[in-house]
Amino acid sequence: MADPQVAGLPGPIVHDEVVPARAPWLHRVRRGETLRIVDLEGNQAVDFLIYAAGDDAERYSAQDTIAAQGNLFLRTGAVLLSNEGRAMMTITATNVAYHDTIGGACSCESNTLRYGHHTKSQHACVDNFLDANVRVGRGKRDMVSNINFFMNVPVEADGALGIVDGISAPGLMVDLIAEMNVEVVVSNCPQINNPCNGFNPTPVRMIVSAPR
Amino acid sequence: MSQTDQDLSGQSRTGDPYAARDHARAQAGTVVEAMPVVPAAAPDAPLAPGEGPVVWEETVAPGGYATRRLARGTRLRLIDLHGDACASLLLFNAENPLERLNVADTLKVQWNGYLGQHKLLLSDMGRVLMTILADAAGTHDAFCGASNAASNARKYGSGENYGPHPNARDRFMLGVAKHGLGRKDVHPCINLFKGVRIGADGTTQPQIGPFAPGRAVTLRAEMDLLLVLANCPHVLDPRPDWSVTALRATAWNGAITPADDPIRNGSPEALRAFLNTEDYYAR
Repeated sequence: MADPQVAGLPGPIVHDEVVPARAPWLHRVRRGETLRIVDLEGNQAVDFLIYAAGDDAERYSAQDTIAAQGNLFLRTGAVLLSNEGRAMMTITATNVAYHDTIGGACSCESNTLRYGHHTKSQHACVDNFLDANVRVGRGKRDMVSNINFFMNVPVEADGALGIVDGISAPGLMVDLIAEMNVEVVVSNCPQINNPCNGFNPTPVRMIVSAPR
Repeated sequence: MSQTDQDLSGQSRTGDPYAARDHARAQAGTVVEAMPVVPAAAPDAPLAPGEGPVVWEETVAPGGYATRRLARGTRLRLIDLHGDACASLLLFNAENPLERLNVADTLKVQWNGYLGQHKLLLSDMGRVLMTILADAAGTHDAFCGASNAASNARKYGSGENYGPHPNARDRFMLGVAKHGLGRKDVHPCINLFKGVRIGADGTTQPQIGPFAPGRAVTLRAEMDLLLVLANCPHVLDPRPDWSVTALRATAWNGAITPADDPIRNGSPEALRAFLNTEDYYAR
């Protein structure tokens, strides 16, 4: 039986991997390749950073992306811009209404503010990002505001915002085409104190397709 | 073609080192709007009992930038002198600039996207960098960040530091470089005096003004800080012309936030952020 999770990819599959719950992931995606992220079990936040492969001081900028598209939410067609205003990746398809890029990444330190000091020892996305980045010569200066695929952060009229129940579901996906050679760093979010993972971190699938 | 500054008889005023020195020294005492006052003085600084002296007084040019180290407890008053300033802000722990402002945590931890009176500016280490003590403006932005060379070039035809339309990111680059920091240290920023509100569908709704002159925001440093300010047109400024006016910064010494401070105790998240900050300074 054909695998519905690879349907519609533009070319041959060059990489296919399941990232375990709570784990980091780092992968180079070449210009023109498409990265598909599959939310295997539903409402699993995938914290996502992008670095230019040849010059990692150029990296994803949530603020530049929001300013340029005039909207907080990432939907099909969203161009993910760098801190220097260049297109890094574009969302070519998603069957989730929108994705977040204002909620940032959970950290041991911010967990102490949000939930209490009893959460300091819990694993967190910043530690996943650092774990992946330190192995390739990056570090804390490389932490910036990230994308949270499959995470829902609405903003109310009075500015109230927060991570609320997700709008994803098992098998929903997002496709990203690389507009330059990039290094993608992911934290498959381990948070258990809010609904970003439905209080139950689960695996996600990463599929990379060659260009058509 | 080179030029010379000549006196009435046509003699160059700068033809030898002695004349050049006299020529340079004759500029002393020139007063312009955008300049530091040294030693710092601000007769209108609203010092509370026990506060002072004034430690920094500088007016930042339209399109300019400034950087300063501020001690824990320092009060910083920013004034949008003519109603069209945009104070873009980077903040670092002066002792360890790897710790810096985290805009996402600042919003998420406080459950709100709009900066204003009694809001905290949080670091990526779960601590408070600054507190907004008073806010007469109400139009600020934590979503849209800094303009850059490309965005200014698109809107104004150029964006370089050496040209007529500097951008906030390249201003930040110069500011951080003066503390030994570089491109990777220019982090997501906040913009004071220019606002962005968010519509129900997520749209960004810029509040660019120009506004009434003289709006002020007063902040308190909760850690020893490196502050970098850029004063360039907001990235969502819809006007075709590069428009920005001078920004005044005044800082004075003040007490470290006491345990009974109402903002410190204003929410459980704020209290834990202050406890973490106090814990950092337990040494």
